[in-house]
Amino acid sequence: MIQNLPWLFLLLPLVVAAIDWVCFSKRPCVAATLSLLSAAATFALCVAYLLGLETGTPGTYTWMPASVEQLNLHLGLVMDPLAMRMMLVVTGIGLLVHLFSLGYMKGDSSNLSRYFAGLSIFMFSMTCIVMASNLVMTFIGWEMVGFSSYLLIGHWFHKDSAADAAKKAFITNRVGDFGFLIGILLTLGIFGTMNFAEMGGKAAGIAPAMLTVTIICLFCGAVGKSAQFPLHVWLPDAMEGPTPVSALIHAATMVAAGVYMLVRLQVSMGTAAFTDTACMVIATVGAITAVLAAIIATQQDDIKRVLAYSTLSQLGYMVMAVGLLAGEAAMFHLYTHAWFKALLFLGAGAIIICCHHEQDIWKMGGLAKRMPLTVLCFLMGTFALIAIPGFSGFFSKEAILDAALAKCPVFFWVGAGVAALTTFYMVRLCIVAFLGRARDHWAEHAKEAGATMLLPLLVLAVMAIISGYGFIADWLVPFEGFHAHGFSVGLPFYVSMGALVIGLFLAVAIYGFGKRGNDPLAGNFISRALRNRLYIDTLYDKVLIGGIQEMFSHVVEFIDAACIRGLLAQGLAWITTRIGILLSWIQNGSLRSYTVAAGLGVVILVYILAFQL
Amino acid sequence: MLIWLILVPVIAAACIGLLKTPGRLTALISAIITLALGAAAILCPECCAESCTGTFLGMPTQFTLALPLSRIMVVLALLVTVAAVAGMKAPSKDAERSWAISALLISTGAIGAFMSDNIVAFYGFHELALIPTFIMIGCYGRGSRRTIAWTATIYLGLASMVLLAGLLLLCVQMHAWTFSGLYASVQAGIMPSTPCLIAGLLLAGFGTLVSLFPFHTWAAPAYASAPTPIAMLHAGVLKKFGLYGLFTLAAIFGPKCGEIFGCWNNVLLVLLLGNVLWVGYVTISQTRLDDMLGNSSVMHMGYIFLAFAAYIAMNGNNELAFQGAALLMLAHGLTIALLFLLTGQIEQQTRTLELDSMGGLATKLPLLGFLFGLAGMASIGLPLLANFAGEFTIFVSCFAGWTPGSTECTGMLSCISNLFAGLGPVQLALLFALWGLVISAIYMLRAFRRIFEGEVGRASARATRLSWLDIAAAVFLAFFIVLFGILPPTCL
Repeated sequence: MIQNLPWLFLLLPLVVAAIDWVCFSKRPCVAATLSLLSAAATFALCVAYLLGLETGTPGTYTWMPASVEQLNLHLGLVMDPLAMRMMLVVTGIGLLVHLFSLGYMKGDSSNLSRYFAGLSIFMFSMTCIVMASNLVMTFIGWEMVGFSSYLLIGHWFHKDSAADAAKKAFITNRVGDFGFLIGILLTLGIFGTMNFAEMGGKAAGIAPAMLTVTIICLFCGAVGKSAQFPLHVWLPDAMEGPTPVSALIHAATMVAAGVYMLVRLQVSMGTAAFTDTACMVIATVGAITAVLAAIIATQQDDIKRVLAYSTLSQLGYMVMAVGLLAGEAAMFHLYTHAWFKALLFLGAGAIIICCHHEQDIWKMGGLAKRMPLTVLCFLMGTFALIAIPGFSGFFSKEAILDAALAKCPVFFWVGAGVAALTTFYMVRLCIVAFLGRARDHWAEHAKEAGATMLLPLLVLAVMAIISGYGFIADWLVPFEGFHAHGFSVGLPFYVSMGALVIGLFLAVAIYGFGKRGNDPLAGNFISRALRNRLYIDTLYDKVLIGGIQEMFSHVVEFIDAACIRGLLAQGLAWITTRIGILLSWIQNGSLRSYTVAAGLGVVILVYILAFQL
Repeated sequence: MLIWLILVPVIAAACIGLLKTPGRLTALISAIITLALGAAAILCPECCAESCTGTFLGMPTQFTLALPLSRIMVVLALLVTVAAVAGMKAPSKDAERSWAISALLISTGAIGAFMSDNIVAFYGFHELALIPTFIMIGCYGRGSRRTIAWTATIYLGLASMVLLAGLLLLCVQMHAWTFSGLYASVQAGIMPSTPCLIAGLLLAGFGTLVSLFPFHTWAAPAYASAPTPIAMLHAGVLKKFGLYGLFTLAAIFGPKCGEIFGCWNNVLLVLLLGNVLWVGYVTISQTRLDDMLGNSSVMHMGYIFLAFAAYIAMNGNNELAFQGAALLMLAHGLTIALLFLLTGQIEQQTRTLELDSMGGLATKLPLLGFLFGLAGMASIGLPLLANFAGEFTIFVSCFAGWTPGSTECTGMLSCISNLFAGLGPVQLALLFALWGLVISAIYMLRAFRRIFEGEVGRASARATRLSWLDIAAAVFLAFFIVLFGILPPTCL
């Protein structure tokens, strides 16, 4: 019995979600408390396991029995450090976000029970991905996080923009899942198993081309979920959801699931399964995403959009690291990024609430004076993101750059360029929003956020600073046997310092110290292109969806209605009618023709009888 | 005992027709009684001996629940019947009586077909159920009901003729007129002398009844036009007759099923892709909810045919395909029934089914939005809801027993072609069919978006409230969709 305790990680949030939704839809306070308690309980359980609680291997459940063992669809849990430490990140940030939501959603007129039920469903599904012992379970969690993300992005579904964004997120993810599912089935075909534990060492006898195709198909899932180019379009739109949701799902945990899944595959299949071609594809996609998103971020005015593109860009880093076979560095960055990006989003949420749902940074300004604690926390997150030495992001970014330099220097220089861009847009954001004077009525009257919002910010700020140091990272980074390397001053360090200084210098040179009321870079065609997301979304909307898909479906519909229904049904009707007309001729009521026919018949009969035919 | 599953609804129908008892109430009581009887028969096999071939009034009855699919299909029929009669909304008292009688007869026909051991009875019960369907569409349908009813009649009439020819040929050549007799003949080594002809007739006949591409065009208009309980029962239950027949025969032939159906398997794979992809895109372009659901139901049949093809390709040695098909038939039946039930309620509330004139309905009727969302998500295969278990099992079953071809290859291009050479026709068809997951997400979410989300539209503003019986009928189905999603009834 006791060894099945880990199943609580899955069942508790699921049951709470159902209870919230069904029983307490009219009583949001109870629903919120239940969700918060379940998040706290799973967090506590997770800490207990990390501190060494031993309960034995949890049992597995055969969900779909088959007589051939390899086709049995099992549900099982893995409890290795990769999974359990990832669980700590998920439940830890999840708990803080639940807490923050209490303050953030106070006074919101929408159905809060639905909101908290959505958060609980998300906790369930994310756990399902993290602790999955096989690809079936991963896929179940994969689809369910997509659903909870749909639910929460569309929380304010009466707003057209939110409803559209939710739909876009789900469908874009489904496109990725199409490839993912093919990958899963090919894995079953070539490895003969879907269990992570049984994949090891089986890659040896398999043709590299098949491995390449399989890995790239599996990678498609990560492209959708981790919002990599060309399926990145849904993530910035997902910012239509409540900000705590953006922090938890669209910054810290769910979007990192793609990276986690790839690392899990690398660990269980062995890096030999990741052929050179597959790695090249993965790293290139990651690098393209990192660069593209960072460039677009430099011209966004919505505080959440800047952070969203920054998330994209950082995810690109992680995917690049996976492609360079540096799973350890990728997970390290995933882990530090989760803390500081959650901090940035929650900080942005506090700012947005205090400015009465104003998200345009050009309508803020001077916030450093009015909400110093929040701004301080936000700055800690910023420093970690732009990798100032001593902050957590610095260590993990160095780890990725080191790996890139060792494997393939091109990616190193791409990473360094992105670092400079990152510094530029984050410093721009901070200068415009926090310095100078208030440019809007609400910003002038902004006050410090309440305790339920400040507490999570402070905890996250501490983590953003310390989580990169060996004494805590060795213990918490989700990777088996992770060890923070001794830091040495070398080429990567000088280059990233250079990038930091360049970004900082450019931002200060252009934006000064907050005196400007508008963006000096705006107004030219490059800025317009960047503000329109390089027209990628427009291309998809107008050409792929509005053009090709609509036209194709209408042509198909026309042929279906006109030809198949028309020709088959009408054709059959026509033939039947003709036969009817033909046959009606023999009973046309004319006595003369009947007599003729009868006479002919007699003649034929007589002929037959007479000649004994 | 099984005979009562047939007699109770017939008696109830007679009461409604002759004694003029209230239609909905009588039908509901009968549906609940049959559900209880059916549950007893299935849950407690001792109550009903191995094959249930008892006697009734001295005549031997050949009803059985021993056939591999009959239990799960009877469960489906019983569940959908309860919801269909409970959620019935007839325009007048008289209409309610005829609706109730038709619903009961359709359900009786379906249950009879699923329980018959005798092949002629199996065929006859289905024909019995078709008659009220046509009449109801012709009398109470939406739109150009006469044309639609006649189209469906011609299609299904012709299909039944072809099917009858196939069944007769099969029975004559196998010297057996019952499923159990067929099984005995197969065990004795008798095989039909013209297998490809028989398989062709059966596939064309059963296929048209299940709206296999390109014989699918009758289905969507018929469902869109039919009164709600009729659409629920036909799309949810009666349509599964064709698949039930194919799978039952394939299971009877067991390892030899490839010899019968094998010669059409590649044709079937192309046709089912027509269902999934072609009809999928037809579904995307629909602008009315009922048309869209009708087409989506046609589309999802493709996956069950895929399971059939996978089953045949492995010569019956593919239990996952069989199981997945059974689960998906059950799940699809419940889901599409719930969707049609809710469509009826939406129409009653907003007096339209044009997607563009609604909007924001979830703000007015959150429960309706929740239930429709649940059913819609189930139908596009969200895990933890019934359809996923079936769909995923089918996908896995297509790769069951597949191993990659030769491992030696030189150069990237030859290796890729090698990989595809390693993929058999079933696997390749599956890869294409998976795109259907994206297609179904597009049309379902788009419809949900237009009906329930956004600003409250003109038509949605008319919505008032649902009656408790409406809610009960929908929640009843939703409950089983969730239950079977979490615990797939693999034991049935």
